[in-house]
Amino acid sequence: MRGLRRFMPGGSWLGAYALVYVVFLYLPVIFLPIFSVNTAATPKFPLSGFTWKWYEQLPHTPALLDAAWNSLIVGVSASVLATTFGILAARAITRYRFPGRRPINGLIMAPLVLPEIIIAISMLLVMLQLGLSLSLFTVVLGHILICIPYSMTVLTSGFEGFDRSLEEASADLGESAFGTFRRVTLPMVTPAIISSLLVSFTISLDEFMIAFFLTGTEATLPIYIWGQLRFAAKLPGVLALGTLLLVASFVMMTLAEILRRRAANRANTEGGLYA
Amino acid sequence: MTRARRKALLQSEAVQGLSLISPTFLYAFVLLAVPILVVIAHSFWTQHYLTIDRTFTLENYRIALTEPMYRDLLWRSLYISIMVSLFTVVLAYPIAYYISFHGGQRKGLWLFLITIPFWTSYLLRVMAWKVILGYNGVLNSGLMGLGITDHPTTALLYNSSAVIITLTHAWAAFAILPIFVSLEKVDRTLVEAAKDLGDGPLRSFLRVTLPLSMPGVISALLIVMIPTVGDYVTPKLVGGKDGVMIANAIQAQFGKAANWPLGAALSVTTMVIVSAMAGAAVLILRRAAKLAR
Repeated sequence: MRGLRRFMPGGSWLGAYALVYVVFLYLPVIFLPIFSVNTAATPKFPLSGFTWKWYEQLPHTPALLDAAWNSLIVGVSASVLATTFGILAARAITRYRFPGRRPINGLIMAPLVLPEIIIAISMLLVMLQLGLSLSLFTVVLGHILICIPYSMTVLTSGFEGFDRSLEEASADLGESAFGTFRRVTLPMVTPAIISSLLVSFTISLDEFMIAFFLTGTEATLPIYIWGQLRFAAKLPGVLALGTLLLVASFVMMTLAEILRRRAANRANTEGGLYA
Repeated sequence: MTRARRKALLQSEAVQGLSLISPTFLYAFVLLAVPILVVIAHSFWTQHYLTIDRTFTLENYRIALTEPMYRDLLWRSLYISIMVSLFTVVLAYPIAYYISFHGGQRKGLWLFLITIPFWTSYLLRVMAWKVILGYNGVLNSGLMGLGITDHPTTALLYNSSAVIITLTHAWAAFAILPIFVSLEKVDRTLVEAAKDLGDGPLRSFLRVTLPLSMPGVISALLIVMIPTVGDYVTPKLVGGKDGVMIANAIQAQFGKAANWPLGAALSVTTMVIVSAMAGAAVLILRRAAKLAR
C-alpha cells in the first residue's frame, strides 16, 4: 500500500510545493543573520562585506544589558510559575474526570486564541483600577497567563498515557506517597516539565504586546528592540540582537521538543508490556 | 460495587480533580475572565478626565460603529483578517496533506521544521518583512540588481498588502497543525474504497478527504482569523497609513487619547463582529462539507 501511495499522482509536485513552502517560512527569518554581519548600515543587496562590529557593540550598550536582565527575570519567574500552574492543571485534566472539565479547560486555554490586544488591555484596565503600579511584576502576571496554555499542551502530552499502575505498584511494594512521587512519578514527568519550562521561557522572552502594555519604565528585550526600530541608524545593532534572540529561541525550542518527545515515548512505552 | 459506593468514589474523584485544577482555573478566572468583564462594563460607561462616570450609556458603541474613522478601521481589520486566514489555510492545506499522506517516517521532522520559525519572536519576524519590503530593502535592491527594475518601488511597504503578506507568513504554522491533525484522523480505507468504486484521485479527494478534514480547516480558519483581527505590531511596522488596524486605535484610547470606555467599546465591538463572522464561516463550511458528500 505504501508503494502505491508513493506512486500516486500528485505526490511529487506536492513534495516540491512543500519544499518551496518551507523556504518561504525560513527565508525572511534568514535575512536577519545575513544582514547582521554585513558592513553596510542599511540592509540591501549586494552585500558589502563581512563584519562582527554590530555584535561587538552590543555588550557596550547599558540600556540593552538592562533589558536583557529584565527579560531574564521575567522569563524565569513566568516560566516557573506558569509551569507550576500547568502541572496542576495538566495532571487534573489527564488523570481525573470531573464536572466542568471542558469549560474550565477552555478558559485556561483561551489566551491561545484571543487577540493579544484584548488580553493586554483587559489586564491593564484591571491593574490600573486596582491601583497596581505597572512594573516587571505586572508583566510577569501577564506572561504567566499566556504561557499556561503552552505549558499545558506540552505537559498533557507528557502526562497522557502515564501508567497509573506503576504508582500503584510502588505503593503496594511499600513506598510512601512521597517516595512514590519522587522515585516513580517525578522521573517519568521530568522531561515534560523541563520542556514546559523551556517553552514558557521562550514565549516570555519573545513576547511583545503584553509586556508593552503592562510594563512601567523597565523594558524587556522586545520592548528595547521596538524602541530602537525608530532609528534607522540603529538597525544593524537590532539585527544583531535579533539574531541572538533567534538563535536562543531556536536552541531552546529544539531542546524542548526533544525532551517532550522523550517524555511522550517514556509515558507510552515504559509502562507497556515490554518495559 | 454498590451504586452508592460507586457514586462516592466518583464524587471523590471529582473533588480531587477540581481541587487540583482550581489554582490554575482561579488564576485564569481572576486575570482573564474578570478583566474581560471589566472591559465590557467600561464600554457602557463614560470618562470625564480621570473619573469614570458609571451611568449606563450606549454612546461609546454609537461612536465605534458610526464614526467614519473607526468604522473604516474595523472593516479594514476584518478584511485583512479574513484575507490572511483564507491565504494561510489555502497555502497550508497542501502541506498538511503532504505531511499526513506522504510524510512516511519523517512526519515528526516535517512538523518540527514547519513549527520552528513560528517559535521565534513574532516581533522579529515582522521586522524581517520590514527589511525585505522596505524602500532600500532586500526585494527592491534584489530586483534592481537583477535588472528587473531600475528604481526602487514604494509599492511594497506601508500598505494593507504588506500587512496581509506579513501576517500570512507569521500565522502559517498555526494553520498547518489543526489541518494536519484532522487529516491524520481521516480513515485511509475510506479513501481506498472511493478509489475502488471508481472515483479518480481528485474526485475521491473532494468527496472523501476534504469533507472529512473540514473540522481542521474550520479550526485553522478561526485560530488565524480571531487573533489577527486585533494585531498591533504588523500594521504599526509595515502597514503605514493605509494599513492601520483597529488595535492601533484601541491602543491610542488606552494611551495618548486616554478614553478607556471608548477603547473598551472598540475592543468589544471588534470581538463581537469577528466572532459573528467566524460563526458564519463555520456554518457555511459545514454546509459545504455536507453538500460535497
